[in-house]
Parts: sequence; structure tokens; C-alpha cells
Amino acid sequence: MATRAPDRLAAVPPGKPVRPHHRVRRHLVHQLDVKGSPYAYVAPFFLLFSAFGLFPLAYTAWVSLHEWVLLSEEQTFVGLDNFRTLLADDYFWNATFNTLSIGVLSTVPQLLLAIWLAHLLNRPLRAQTFFRVTLLLPNVTSVVAVVVIFSQLFGRDFGMINWVLSWFGVDAVPWNEGVASSHVAISIMIMWRWTGYNALIFLAAMQAVPRELYEAATIDGAGEFTQLRRITIPMIKPTIVFVVITSTIGAMQVLAEPLLFGVYTLTGGVDRQYQTLALFIYENFIKLDLGYASAISWMMFVFIVVIAGINYLITRRSRGGLL
Amino acid sequence: MTGTTAGRAKARPARRGTPGAPRRLIYLTLTAVAFFSAIPLYYSVVVASRDNAALAEVPPPLVPGGNFFANVARVFDTVPFGLALANSVLVSGSIALSVMFFSTLAGFAFAKLRFRGRNALLLLTVATMMVPTQLGIIPLYMLMVKLEWTGTMYALIVPAMVSAFGVFFMTQYLSRALPTELLEAGRVDGCSTWGLFWHVVVPVARPAAAVLGMLTFMSAWNDYFWPLVVLTPENPTVQVALSTLAAGYVNDYVLGLTGTALGTLPLVIVFGLLGKQIIGGIMQGAVKG
Repeated sequence: MATRAPDRLAAVPPGKPVRPHHRVRRHLVHQLDVKGSPYAYVAPFFLLFSAFGLFPLAYTAWVSLHEWVLLSEEQTFVGLDNFRTLLADDYFWNATFNTLSIGVLSTVPQLLLAIWLAHLLNRPLRAQTFFRVTLLLPNVTSVVAVVVIFSQLFGRDFGMINWVLSWFGVDAVPWNEGVASSHVAISIMIMWRWTGYNALIFLAAMQAVPRELYEAATIDGAGEFTQLRRITIPMIKPTIVFVVITSTIGAMQVLAEPLLFGVYTLTGGVDRQYQTLALFIYENFIKLDLGYASAISWMMFVFIVVIAGINYLITRRSRGGLL
Repeated sequence: MTGTTAGRAKARPARRGTPGAPRRLIYLTLTAVAFFSAIPLYYSVVVASRDNAALAEVPPPLVPGGNFFANVARVFDTVPFGLALANSVLVSGSIALSVMFFSTLAGFAFAKLRFRGRNALLLLTVATMMVPTQLGIIPLYMLMVKLEWTGTMYALIVPAMVSAFGVFFMTQYLSRALPTELLEAGRVDGCSTWGLFWHVVVPVARPAAAVLGMLTFMSAWNDYFWPLVVLTPENPTVQVALSTLAAGYVNDYVLGLTGTALGTLPLVIVFGLLGKQIIGGIMQGAVKG
């Protein structure tokens, strides 16, 4: 039987005569491919995420309802007792305040700066690559390295920052002693590490904005700032929403900075002046009080959902959407 | 694939200069940013090549001294740094490759394939980005105890093989950069979905996947909390070894910063090699057409 041209295009195995039921089978295989492939492609993500993301998450809720000590055989169900204790725990509210304070201090200036830097880079420049590489350099530095370096820079007696401040007549600041000063120091560490990263994400989005829009705006006499505000920012809004949310979530989980800034003390300074929620969880984890640590985790999750939700609505409000 | 580049060039036209703002001011600003980005790293190299006595001087030392290799030897005597480097390379490399592959695959499905429940699943993916890792860390640790993976690199690699961020990132990119006509043309030519993935999607996805791979490698290399929880100081990653140094030798800044310089250097090299390609990839989409 002669094979017709369209069949050859559909990659028929050579030597096999094409009969109607083969065509039906090929049709079925094709249907299966079209209908089934999408699920197969997203399945690895969801399977692995369920095993190592969702399961632990759900199990945290279960653990939080128990008096649970690691590796001990006995776990007593205590209902919501852990949460009751938590809401009356001053250390918990202190950690919540510190987390929010550091979060605002580090995130807001950081994102504004990142958009501005991306905008500056979004044009033909000499040494374009050099500037982009240096922008991302701080993010290449690990958080441990950042804190080790900045702890030295923020040192009271021999730190470079106090040395520079002394030129302006400022007395040596004991950065890790006060609430405000330690929050500022930690926020500077976070900003230093993440501004360039976010600028690169913004830059990638800005490059996708059609050039014609700027040409038209230029003809209409719109200045640079107007173009940034009226064209660039609305056009990259999905990316802005995305970065705002991920930054918020990141800021809520700050742990390594306070842990290492306090030279590895779990309390975040002698008076807990910079103990964050994540560090508070870790303190209780190390005490092997897993039930209580899990309860804090759940409260933190609620905070994150609420704050990220608020930020999502605020950012999205004016124009454009995420999905 | 000429069709691919032509399609992308159409989607992302060339950007040739936004008017306004004096050039000199822009260069000045960017140079200042570059300076502040580099100075802490530079200073850590300065300290790493000095001894502790030099740090107490006023003004502090501003140029490197000659003590670097002696300090490096001290780091290797104090913690198993060679092992830590090998572990970090293994862990970060495996995670980056895995995330690039699975994210491109899922991103392709979400961006360009039609299937029931797609929007709900995509929303679920975005929602999972909200799950703070600390939240699940306690049961995850219990799970690792059960699997007897504590203290091993499996405990770091396997849970990190996929990332919601990666899936979302590739979905965003592919829905923008991958022309649907190109996929339809592939279909007409008799490509299976898998064939489309390899021959059409992967070439288009490459620049974004490279960025994702680099970002993933860096964050895996720099991951600190989970390795700290699940590993032992005897079989550490670079970050765990660094924190052992920083915590155990509080007043020995030279030792801490030498470790820091050593732990950061490999990444700066990788970044120097891959970063160019990645930035080139981003620019390629912008320059053509």
C-alpha cells in the first residue's frame, strides 16, 4: 500500500503499512500526547514540592498541637495550648516587632533604589557588562560572609564605619547594642546584598518594554522621569508585584543576619533587641521544644500571608495584573 | 533556529537609548554603586592578608598585606575547608541543573499548553512561593532523621530539586518570549510535545534558564540555615564551615574574613564565567532586530 504524503509528515515508522486502525491508534497516541504531556511536565514540581514542602507544612500544624520533644517517644496532645502560651509571650511580640521593623527598613528603600538603578542601566552605556556584574556582586557574597564582613565594619572601636563617622564628629556608635542602631545595621546588610539582584530582575523586565512606546512618548515631549513613571513602571508592573511579594516573604524570614550579628547567640542580642521571628523559632528548635517552635511557625505563616496579601493589593491597585 | 531568533526579535525589539539625564551623572552614579558593591569584599581581602594587630590601628589598613597564605593555612587547620568546598560544588551544581530542567519543563506547560486546571495549578505554584521555608523545617528535619539523611548531602539536594520561583520565572519568560506560531509550525511538522520542548522551547528558554541556573546556584551555595540545621561541623558546606569559624573565633576577625574570602572566591569565579554569558543572553534579546 502506498503511503500518502501527509502520513509521511506525521513520522510513520518505515516499513509499516498504514491501515485505518493504525491511523486511529496514531490519532490516539497524539491525543494522549497533547492531553497528557502538560500534566507530566508539571508533575515533577508538584510531587517533589508535596513531599518536601507541603507535607512538612501540614505536619507542622499537627506538631504544633502537641507537647513534642525531638526523638522522645511520647508526644502529648495539648490542643491549642502552645498558641495560648505564644500569644501571651512577650518574647514572641518582641520578635514580631523586630521582624516588621527590619522588614520595612530594608525593603522599602531597597526596591525604590533597585527600580532606579535598573532604569539607569536600561540604555546603551559603555561598560554595561561591568556595571551589571558589580550590581550583582553583593548577591554572590553569602549571607554568612556579609555578616562577618559587616560585623567588622560596624565594630564599635575599630570598625570602618565608625571611623568614617568620626570625621563628621560623630561619637563611636555601639551598633549592636541599641534597638534602632542594630535594626539599621542589619537592614543595611540586607539592602547591600539584595538591591542589585532586584535591579537585575527589573532590568530584565524593562528590556521587554517595546521601544516604540518610548519613541512615541519622546515625540510627545515626555521627559525621562515621566517616561519612567508613565511607561516603564506600568509596563513592568507584574514584575514589580512579583518582587514586592518575594521581598516581603524574604524579609519576614530573616534569620542569619541577626544570628551571626549577635555572634551566634540565639536571642539576637543580650536584650533580644534584634531577635527576629525566624530566630525565635530556631531558639525553640534548639531547645528541642518542637511543639512550641511549630506554633510560632504557624503564626509566622499567617503574618506572611496577611502582609504579602496587603502588599499584593497595594502594588496591583493602579494598573496591570499578575496573572 | 533562525525562526526562533526572528520571533524573539519581534517580541523584544532593540532599545537604543532613552533620552534625557546627563550621561556623566549616570556614569558617576553607577560607578558609586560599583564602588559600594565592591568595597566590603575588597576590605575582607585586605583583612585576610593582614594580622589581627593591624586591625586595631587607626586609620585601619586600606591595602592588602603579605599574610594571606599563612591565614589560609590557619583556616584549613581549623575547619575541613577542602571538604566543605567539594560538598558545596556538588550540592549547588546538582540543584541548579535540576531546577533549570524542571522549571523550563513546567514553565513550557504553563505558558503554552492548554490543559484543564492550568490556571488553578499555576496559582497554586505562585501561592507555594509564600510558604516560608522555616515553617516546614521542623518536620523536614524529622523526615531526614527517618530517611537517615541527616549529615549527608542528600538532605540538601533532594528537597531543593524543584523551585516554585523557577517555575514561575520560566512561565513568565516563555509566555512572553516563545511565539505560539513557532509551536504551531512545529506541530504541523509532526513534532510530539516532547519534540517541541527540545527543539523549540529549550533554545528559546536558554537565556532565561541560564539566569535561573546562576541564581539557583548562588542561592544554593549561599544557603545557610537548612545546612546548619541538618549537617554536622565534620561534614559541612562552605557556609556551615564559615559560621563555625565566625562563631568559634569571635575576636579573630582575620581568620573569619580569610574564610569569607575563600568561600566567596569560587562563586565570584563561577559568576565571572557564567555571568558574562547570562548578561550576554539578556542583551542578545535586546540588541537583535
